[in-house]
Amino acid sequence: MAMTYNEDQSMLRDSARDFMSTEAPVAHLRKYRDMDCKDGFSHDLWKQFAEMGFTGILIPEADGGLGMGHIEAGIVLEEIGRNLSPSPFLSTSVVAAEALKAADKAMRDRWFPGILAGETVIGIAIEEGKKHHPEKIALKAERSGNGFRLNGAKQFVVQGRSADMLIVAARTGGAVGETDGLTLFAVEKDAAGLSMDAARTVDSAMAARMAFDGVEVTADAVIGDVDGGWTVLAKMLNAGRTGSAAEMVGVGTGAMDLTFDYLKQRKQFGRVIGEFQALQHRAAHLYGEMEMARSAVLKAQNLLDEDDPRAELYASVAKAKAGLACCLSVREGVQMHGGIGMTDEYDIGLYMKRDRALAEFMGDIYFHADRVAKLNGY
Amino acid sequence: MSELEAFRTEIRAWIEANCPPEMKTPIKSDDDTCWGGRNFVFQSEAQKQWMERCAEKGLTVPDWPKEYGGAGLSPAETKIFRQEMARAGARSPLNSFGIWMLGPALLKFGSEEQKRHYLPQIARGEIRWCQGYSEPGSGSDLVSLQTFGEDKGDHWVVNGQKIWTSYADKADWIFCLVRTDKANKYQGISFLLFDMETPGVSTKPIKLISGNSPFCETFFDNVVVPKHQIVGELNRGWDVAKYLLGHEREMISGMGGDGGTASLGGGFKDALGDEPILRAQLAMFDVESLAFRAHSERFMDEWKTGKAHPAYSNLMKYIGTELNKKRHELVMAAGGSDALEWESERSHGGKRARDWLRTKANSIEGGTSEVMLNVVAKRILDMPGA
Repeated sequence: MAMTYNEDQSMLRDSARDFMSTEAPVAHLRKYRDMDCKDGFSHDLWKQFAEMGFTGILIPEADGGLGMGHIEAGIVLEEIGRNLSPSPFLSTSVVAAEALKAADKAMRDRWFPGILAGETVIGIAIEEGKKHHPEKIALKAERSGNGFRLNGAKQFVVQGRSADMLIVAARTGGAVGETDGLTLFAVEKDAAGLSMDAARTVDSAMAARMAFDGVEVTADAVIGDVDGGWTVLAKMLNAGRTGSAAEMVGVGTGAMDLTFDYLKQRKQFGRVIGEFQALQHRAAHLYGEMEMARSAVLKAQNLLDEDDPRAELYASVAKAKAGLACCLSVREGVQMHGGIGMTDEYDIGLYMKRDRALAEFMGDIYFHADRVAKLNGY
Repeated sequence: MSELEAFRTEIRAWIEANCPPEMKTPIKSDDDTCWGGRNFVFQSEAQKQWMERCAEKGLTVPDWPKEYGGAGLSPAETKIFRQEMARAGARSPLNSFGIWMLGPALLKFGSEEQKRHYLPQIARGEIRWCQGYSEPGSGSDLVSLQTFGEDKGDHWVVNGQKIWTSYADKADWIFCLVRTDKANKYQGISFLLFDMETPGVSTKPIKLISGNSPFCETFFDNVVVPKHQIVGELNRGWDVAKYLLGHEREMISGMGGDGGTASLGGGFKDALGDEPILRAQLAMFDVESLAFRAHSERFMDEWKTGKAHPAYSNLMKYIGTELNKKRHELVMAAGGSDALEWESERSHGGKRARDWLRTKANSIEGGTSEVMLNVVAKRILDMPGA
């Protein structure tokens, strides 16, 4: 395992960087925000993602995808973060793809082609409270005839209302707080008894609260094993945590680059403010934090791709460290921009907003630091 | 890949067959460290055996060329060798400033004759070196140093004083920055080597806040140094020094990753039940420490393949030393009043407290954190101004 990109990965980074900065720069986010887009992203852009091959990065070659790994998915996510590009990539092409890899052939055939074509969006319905506690899932799935009936509620389903299908984590057994007794279901968007309340989040994305009122699904809707959903859910979480951490490396680096450029241009007291040692030291410290975050994320991606059991630990290290570094980057960014950093016209504030939303995705700094402690036996 | 895997199998078997069991136990105090040198007293037969067996295979300096006492390993092989040493829990067979610093400088700047003379002595642990850089008036502003070597034809006569010379009282030879041109600040310094037994050299240990004396003041009073004992060109010693500081920073930066233990908090798990905030601090530290370990790995991979920025070791030094200081603050907090004991046997002579105090120098020696940040801002981030 090398902690550097190989030639193919470097080429992918170059093309993803070029694509994202051309087709979905920050101006693209502003455009969709200002038109009050109800999806919060562009379906045309999602199709372009597919044409670039991005949507199938994690989908196995046997299913028509590229069969690549989390390093490659992370390369795309970093560029998404750097440009604040709005897209269903993280939920659909990373987390859902990871889940569907564990599904039977019929379900893979049902959903992978749409993802590969950039026509399908999948929502991830895990969260039930305002903070991330996947083992506390309470949404109930009771056996009913040949299938199950779902009752309960979910929230923070990113792009939930635009989703063609939702992957829902439900409790079929065990007690709230246990990882046993969970089951994953693929629920189609127009299922009877499913209602949604989509709300815009601080980062101009859309996230839905969902009520499941006796939603009927057949046994074919189960992904993985009944009561054994944690195995697949854990993979989804590892992928989503590492993936969102990679996006945060992009967000933090994008904010840092904006800020450093500003330090080299802005003049006060007759000098470029980047000459001031007080700011230079903070800039250098921030750079170091972002570099550490990048390494932690790359390590987690490497371990995931090698199916190494330490990936569990490093997914949390990556999410916590990326959370710390990215948050520092956007805070320092606004402060060092001064008054202008508070204006909507300047992009730095948009980076701060995206950081805040990503921070809550699949566990924040504190959740993951706690998890690092638990995984180390304390 | 399979060639590397074969190498791994081979080196693993070699360590298994050659490392004495006593050399697979953790280092308890500085006395357990093998420094080599004319006057070094081995702590055990096992320590001697381990050093000699490694030296014979060139493994005290695995990545040096074979003709100079190394094993000629590639970067990838060296990484595997270190992984296998860590895996076996094997102690480093030989530590020295010769290995870490003078060796790399000689490999880059030394004459063929110098390489053949000095490097094998270092690899075999025969000569213990110390470093003469800082002076009482020249700390962060090292280039202002004033120790002067007067040209006397076939030799220099050196007068002056160095400070913070690590283990000067135990060293056999010194590599030393000496001003050889008073008119030229940067291009007026030469990099000289000389025997600490040369008449006119004297040392005086400095007692630190830890109660230990790893550093000395070193005095030169009309010390005669033959002209062939210069490394690199006359008055270009600053180039050598800068190159070496890079190596020193690289070395010190490894500290935060520390000792192969995965988690600091895991070591205190039984003591944290009533300490929720301390537990939280340890958890936050472990995030940093594990991230830094990944970061060190990436840095080494990039450094050895020439992809790292030349000034990057300054950043590593800053992060690694600050993290190491934080580690020891938490070790003390978790140790509570037990960790305050200073001399008792059960505290191993106050090891925790003394180590904690020693770490405060990490962010001062070899370039302060503030200087590191200056360098990073200027050279990597390209910030304007002085």
